[in-house]
Amino acid sequence: QVALLDIDICGPSIPKMMGLEGEQVHQSGSGWSPVYVEENLGVMSVGFLLSSPDDAVIWRGPKKNGLIKQFLRDVDWGEIDYLIVDTPPGTSDEHLSIVQYLSATHIDGAVIITTPQEVSLQDVRKEINFCHKVKLPIIGVVENMSGFICPKCKNESQIFPPTTGGAEKMCQNLNVSLLGKVPLDPQIGKSCDKGQSFLSEAPESPATLSYRSIIQRIQEYCDQQHFQEEKII
Amino acid sequence: LFSFLPERSNLAGVRHILLVLSGKGGVGKSTISTELALSLRHAGKKVGILDVDLCGPTIPCMFRVQDSDVHQCDSGWVPVFVDQDKSISLMSIGFLLEKPDDAVVWRGPKKNALIKQFVADVAWGDLDFLIVDTPPGTSDEHISTVEALRPYKLLGAILVTTPQAVSVGDVRRELTFCKKTGLRVLGIVENMSGFVCPHCSECTNIFSKGGGEELAKHAGVPFLGCVPLDPQLSQSLEEGRDFIQEFPKSSAFPALAHIAQQILDGASQRSS
Repeated sequence: QVALLDIDICGPSIPKMMGLEGEQVHQSGSGWSPVYVEENLGVMSVGFLLSSPDDAVIWRGPKKNGLIKQFLRDVDWGEIDYLIVDTPPGTSDEHLSIVQYLSATHIDGAVIITTPQEVSLQDVRKEINFCHKVKLPIIGVVENMSGFICPKCKNESQIFPPTTGGAEKMCQNLNVSLLGKVPLDPQIGKSCDKGQSFLSEAPESPATLSYRSIIQRIQEYCDQQHFQEEKII
Repeated sequence: LFSFLPERSNLAGVRHILLVLSGKGGVGKSTISTELALSLRHAGKKVGILDVDLCGPTIPCMFRVQDSDVHQCDSGWVPVFVDQDKSISLMSIGFLLEKPDDAVVWRGPKKNALIKQFVADVAWGDLDFLIVDTPPGTSDEHISTVEALRPYKLLGAILVTTPQAVSVGDVRRELTFCKKTGLRVLGIVENMSGFVCPHCSECTNIFSKGGGEELAKHAGVPFLGCVPLDPQLSQSLEEGRDFIQEFPKSSAFPALAHIAQQILDGASQRSS
C-alpha cells in the first residue's frame, strides 16, 4: 500500500505523470481523500486543488508550509506501507518543513537524485549536507540521465559528462550509498507525459532494470531498519 | 549618524535587465543564462549575471570562479569579473560561502533579505545587460526579485523549458506568474531539444519535441528557438570554457546565437 505526496507546490508534476490530470480532491468526514491510481497507490498534490493548468501558485514560504502541514494532517491515507514524498529542488521551506512536521514519526531516509555532471553534484553535495544538518538519514543517491544508447547505432554517449567522476566518486568521497544509475531513455519522458507507467510500457529497457534494482535496494534498506527497530522493541 | 546613501543607484548604469525563468527544475536555466552572457559578450556587450538561486548557486562554477571572494567598495559589493577585460561580471551567494558544499538552509524571509541586498548593493557599474538567473518556481525568490527590480529597466523574462509536456506544464504556470506580476515575456526557449548521435548522426528526441514551440503559440509569446542537447556544451561548461568561442560548429551554437540576436534586437527596439 503506497502513498505519493507531492510537496512541489509551485511545480506539481505528479498528477500528470500518474495520468491523474484534472482529478479533484474530495473531502469526507475523515479528511481529504487521496486520488487513487490503483487501489494500492494513492496520490496527493496541490495540482489537484488547481482548476486550470495555467494556474500559478505564487506563494511565499509560510503559505507553502501551511499547505504541507494540511497535507500531512488532513489527508486520510489509511494504512500504508510506504509514504513517498516528492520535493522541489533546494534546501528551503518545503524541505525544512517536511522534516520538522514528520519529526514526531520516523522517516526511514532520503533518496537523493543527481545527474552526472559537476554542476549537478555541486548542488547535491549541499543537499547531502542539509540531510546531515537536520539528521535525516540518507538511503542513497541515484545517478539519473547516466548515459544514452543511440537506438540506431547502439553506441553510448555521455550527454551529461561525469567530468569529476559522477555520482560514484561523490558517493565514495562522502561515504553515501550509490543506489544505481539510470540511463536516458526517450520512452521515460513519453510515458510520463502520457501519464503511463514506464516500467509497464518498456519492461525490457535498461532503464527499467536500473529502476527495479534501485527500488529493491531501497526496500531492503527499509526492511533492515524495520527489523532493527523490532529487535529494540 | 547618517547612513550612507549612494548618490547614484547601483543599477543606474545597467541598460537592460532580463530574467531567466522556468517553472521546472533541471531544464538548463543556468546553462542558458551562461551561454546568453557569452553570446552577448561576443557581440561586444558588457554583461553581468546576478544569480538569485540561493540554494543551488551554479553560476560561479560555470565560469570557473567559484573560489573567488567578494570585496566591498564605497557603493557596495564589487562583482566578480570572469576575465581580464572585465566584460562579464557575476554576483552569487556561491562567493559568500565558506565552503563550496555548505548548504544554504534558509526559509523565505532570509532569502528575501539577501535578494534585496543583491539587487541594491552590487556595484555593477556600466553594463549593457544584467541577466538574472533564478531557481525554478514561483515563490519567494521570484516575488522578491521582481519587486526589487520594478523601479529599474526590466526588459523582460526569458522562459526555459524542455520539450516534454511535464516541463511545459510547469512553465505554463510561470507564464501566469509573469502575467500577474506585469513581467514582459521576451520569449520561450525549448532546451534539450533533440540529440544528434556523434557516431551516426541519428537525431533522437530524448525529451520529446515541440512542447516549447506549441506553448509559445498557445500563449501568444515569441518562440526564441530550440537548443539541442550537445555533450560538448555540457563539457565546456564543466571546464569553464567559452563554448561560443570554441564550438561555433556545434549544433547548439546557431540556436544560442539566434536567441542572443533576438534579445539584442528586442533591446535596441526598446531603447529607440
